[in-house]
Amino acid sequence: MKGDRLFRIVLWIVAGLFSAMMVFMLASLLKESLPSIKAFGMHFLYGKEWNPVVDKFGLLPFLVGTLITSVLALIISVPFAMSIALFLGMFSKGGFWPKILGYGTDLLAGIPSVIYGFWALFFLVPIVRNFEMKAGIVPYGVGIFTASVVLAIMIIPYISSISKEVIKLVPRDLIEAGLALGATDLEVAKDVVLPYCRSGIVAGILLGFGRALGETMAVTMVIGNSNSLPKSLFAPANTMASVIANEFTEATTTLHLSSLIQIGLWLFILNAIVNVIGMLIIKKMEVK
Amino acid sequence: MEKYVLKVIDLSAGYSGNWVVKNVSMDVPHNKAIAIMGPSGCGKSTFIRCINRMHEVVPGASVKGKILLEGEDIFEMHPVKLRRRVGMVFQRPNPFPTMNIYDNVLAGYILNGIKLKKEEKDRIVEQSLKNAFLWDEVKASLYKKGTFLSGGQQQRLCIARSLAMNPNILLLDEPTSALDPKAQAMIEELITELKKTVTIILVTHNRAQAARVSDYTAFMFLGEIIEFDDTAKMFTAPKDKRTEEYLTGKFG
Amino acid sequence: MRDNTGIRLLKDRVFKSIIIIFSFAVIIPLGLILFGIVKNGISAINWDLFTKLPTPPGEAGGGILNSIVGSLILILIAVLLSVPFGIMLGIFLSENKGRFADVLGILVNTLQGVPSIVIGIVAYLWVVKPLGGFSALSGGIALGIMMLPIVIKSTEETLKLIPFSLKEAALGLGASYVRTMFKVVLPAGFSGILSGILLGIARIAGETAPLLFTAFGNPYLNLNIFKPVDSLPLVIFNYSMSPYDDWHRIAWGASFVLVVMVLVLNIIARLRIWRNMS
Repeated sequence: MKGDRLFRIVLWIVAGLFSAMMVFMLASLLKESLPSIKAFGMHFLYGKEWNPVVDKFGLLPFLVGTLITSVLALIISVPFAMSIALFLGMFSKGGFWPKILGYGTDLLAGIPSVIYGFWALFFLVPIVRNFEMKAGIVPYGVGIFTASVVLAIMIIPYISSISKEVIKLVPRDLIEAGLALGATDLEVAKDVVLPYCRSGIVAGILLGFGRALGETMAVTMVIGNSNSLPKSLFAPANTMASVIANEFTEATTTLHLSSLIQIGLWLFILNAIVNVIGMLIIKKMEVK
Repeated sequence: MEKYVLKVIDLSAGYSGNWVVKNVSMDVPHNKAIAIMGPSGCGKSTFIRCINRMHEVVPGASVKGKILLEGEDIFEMHPVKLRRRVGMVFQRPNPFPTMNIYDNVLAGYILNGIKLKKEEKDRIVEQSLKNAFLWDEVKASLYKKGTFLSGGQQQRLCIARSLAMNPNILLLDEPTSALDPKAQAMIEELITELKKTVTIILVTHNRAQAARVSDYTAFMFLGEIIEFDDTAKMFTAPKDKRTEEYLTGKFG
Repeated sequence: MRDNTGIRLLKDRVFKSIIIIFSFAVIIPLGLILFGIVKNGISAINWDLFTKLPTPPGEAGGGILNSIVGSLILILIAVLLSVPFGIMLGIFLSENKGRFADVLGILVNTLQGVPSIVIGIVAYLWVVKPLGGFSALSGGIALGIMMLPIVIKSTEETLKLIPFSLKEAALGLGASYVRTMFKVVLPAGFSGILSGILLGIARIAGETAPLLFTAFGNPYLNLNIFKPVDSLPLVIFNYSMSPYDDWHRIAWGASFVLVVMVLVLNIIARLRIWRNMS
């Protein structure tokens, strides 16, 4: 029928447009990064100096800032996220408290980034500052550590929900076989459940890492915005995302703007890789 | 020694207040094969899952009554201890996909954190696989994943896994319903051999299977045991009308 | 056999206790955040907050009428863009198999993973630069791109859950493919798709990063989509980073409004999913 063909053609056109949009996205970022790529080449990636006054731009401080905050956030969040995943995915038999925990993590995932930042600025930063004063560190309050804590809280629901789904993929049969052999819940978790879904949990953590890499607002508000290489875990710093948020509207020279866009390009590529790998691992598990 | 390895006294079990097994009592002698048959949904699976307390793993499960294992009340034992003495084989073969055949046989020891010497392990693996009629088929590929075996072989691997723990009782929950006729015959032959050393409680909806392998048969209907008797007697001269109807294929 | 059951059971109990403690520890920051917002936000809520425009720095009073209106405009643009395209792409993905559909699926996942700030850059390059200035339109487009994968995925997943027999029945009655899709399949999946859209709105309503250099912010009331507008998350960001107590108070008020909005959208979306299941 004529209408049918038209409809199918429209669907294909929209699908094509979407793919084109993704390609154009990468192309636009690449094109606008060219001045910066031409000016600095590979040196952009390991340049330690970011100085708009003299038009010299190197990514390293922000790359380091991004990796440290993200990894630290992962280290903090994984024990909590895995506990929630095991509790909700395996141990709990339903009831009031698991439900509360489920709603709670959903809610945590729903709170906007900017509100995390705002809250951290007024509650977390003073606490960290107090601690720093007692520990004899320069009491900025803001800095890498504070940003990592906020990031950790933000990615917990993300990692826990993926891991929970992955744990639920473990066939009920296998868990029962383990229990029927006289194993305790801990032993079944350790020797049956985790070996079965190890790759899926790794994927969940990887996706959480991707989240942390690109998270902007909350980090921007509490990381202290310093463009030099961070000297300690409590020092102010910047991440790739936060430096873009801070400087994009204030960039006056072409090279400055182009360098910021190049950072965006790297963020895009980094996240695309992390996400595609994570998704593929999980897809493979679901098929099994 | 107790006369009966297992005494079930007035057992009821169900889910969220809905009783699926009602006031069941049964005495099980040593080293015999007991078949529990009945139409699907009659509560026979739920019943044997009470014997190793797997029933309680399901959310909302409830159970009342008493089960004595060699005189001990199983509901006062920790399930972990109980399940080491009461093995279970499930409807669908479920070897652990992350372990090889060798480790699958030893899974009970591995899971329970029991360290064994290499010779001891080898001995248990060989003996259990031999007892499960599987040794000759897999002795060359002990370190391959168990999931590459055929369905019947996988089920025998699961039986070997349970036997490795030296249980007093082996529960078999429709162990052949997912298998082809040849594999089914093999398992039935295996059961008749196994009952020399271990008490077997077999759930089946296959009347012929009950007749072939068991010494005693219980007929369950709507959660109750209608009749429990010597298999030969029950199949030739059932006392209850419902048993007769079931055996002659009037329902189920 | 040596009986190690005692120690094993002890380990099991310790392990479970740790799991429970760690799990519920997560409720603490949630409680603190909600408590902070409610405590500081409620006192900032008054009629003026919703009806007045911001006052200059240092001057007391004022409201966030401009941001509320701005947020609504941005969300409206985003919805108008993402919903039709998202549903069509969702249909495409649920109906087609093969290499192109696989690639498309990966692209959708990729887009979902792209950091929001990068979407902001893209909207800046595609809209702000050619039009020569910040605008509500560019912000709405940025948010629309962010919402797109959410709509696509919820549509795809909902449609995949609809029994094939339903479609067969309609086609068997001689209905055309288009009629089957629009009269049978989509209505059957309506509530699932709608809840996806609501969750999408809840997600973009709080987005700030892509608006920094697109919608930009605007202290005045503006309804022109070619001019900059303010939004709730933007005003929270700008006011919270300012040194004025009075602005902080308004930022708390705006946070309260935003959280309530996101919460309500989530609850409605979930109720609909629930109804769809039963």
